[in-house]
Amino acid sequence: MTKSELIAELSAANPHLTGRDVELIVATIFNEITAALSRGERVELRGFGAFTVKRRDARTGRNPRTGEAVPVDEKAVPFFKAGKELRERVNKSKAARASAERAMA
Amino acid sequence: MNTVTRAHLAETIYTQVGLSRNESADLLETVLERMSSALETGESVKISGFGTFSVRQKGQRVGRNPKTGVEVPILPRRVLVFRPSHVLKAHVNHTAVPAAGGDDE
Repeated sequence: MTKSELIAELSAANPHLTGRDVELIVATIFNEITAALSRGERVELRGFGAFTVKRRDARTGRNPRTGEAVPVDEKAVPFFKAGKELRERVNKSKAARASAERAMA
Repeated sequence: MNTVTRAHLAETIYTQVGLSRNESADLLETVLERMSSALETGESVKISGFGTFSVRQKGQRVGRNPKTGVEVPILPRRVLVFRPSHVLKAHVNHTAVPAAGGDDE
């Protein structure tokens, strides 16, 4: 599913809203999560998951091609941890069981 | 640290889009639910400029209860992973956002 498919599904389910409104709603949600993370805040959506920012210390990396040591600056990385409900849905669905059985076989 | 919740996101939709508070909250819930049900079927959810949520199949491995040291099999399972887009990473680090077209993750 892409963002445009998500927008199309929402539009179909909400015929009283204009396409522009639905686009704006979806953009607002992801922009607001991005803004919160860039302020260093966390976003917690119970049942879905939590977005946080993790700090990575500066380290000495290596150019894998030349083997040359290169300094990597300290940085922040966005992180998502699925909530309990979503984690269980992803793992316990019929599709999950079927593919788990295939992996066992 | 401040935490952004459903209520904050719904309030932002209310002020930005001009829907009622109730409808704003309902639409936010619908967005999360549509994303969850796609992930439940094993489908990836790609939000350009934000990131990709995908489901990864993990094989069986031997784990250990860290308290007792007893070996326990960890069954094959499916886990959700989130890969942030370059755009989101840049925002979190307050660096220049990559040029348009580079946000295909």
